[in-house]
Amino acid sequence: MIIDIVSWILLLAGGALGIVGGTGIHRFPDFYSRLHAAGITDTLCAMLILLGLGLQAGWSIAAFKLALIFVFLFFTGPTASHALANAAQHSGLKPGLDRDDRGGVNQHD
Amino acid sequence: MFIAALLAILVTMGLALARALAGPTTYDRIAAVNMFGTKTVLLIAVVAFLAGRTDLLDIALVYALINFIAVVAALKLVTQGDFHSTDGDESEARQGEPE
Repeated sequence: MIIDIVSWILLLAGGALGIVGGTGIHRFPDFYSRLHAAGITDTLCAMLILLGLGLQAGWSIAAFKLALIFVFLFFTGPTASHALANAAQHSGLKPGLDRDDRGGVNQHD
Repeated sequence: MFIAALLAILVTMGLALARALAGPTTYDRIAAVNMFGTKTVLLIAVVAFLAGRTDLLDIALVYALINFIAVVAALKLVTQGDFHSTDGDESEARQGEPE
């Protein structure tokens, strides 16, 4: 019973974090801020939802598979975010540091 | 309660898909597709528990692997390939490659 409640809380927190990240990637004005929103919430949302599902699974083969997905997402999420930011910065995409009436990415140097 | 998590994940996938369609640069699109793929893995996992068929977790695991490889491959293609979002930096992008 307590395990059910904890698992529901984890699932709902994960879903709320996912919506926060989706709103962030949809509404932030600049690529790096969008990547910041997406990269941070992706990992924590996946961790919370997989932990909630793992509490529902109990000690079974499903929990082991969930742990595998957990470990893999835990390592590849930040790696993909770092590769994206590295490639974007290497290709000359500037962060939008000053205010711009276009509201978009500032390309001028 | 799985339904609530499922709906939240679907909303997030919709927002990420909107950014992938509207993103001004290619890196925006790749970031949105990366997020979409991660949320797809979670969606498959939640659906597996919702339907009571935990065999679907294998598909989620394979999808996580393929998603990461696809993002890295798309990044490599964009950094070195033809469809740049910015111009004149191809030689710069090639400098780090040992060839």
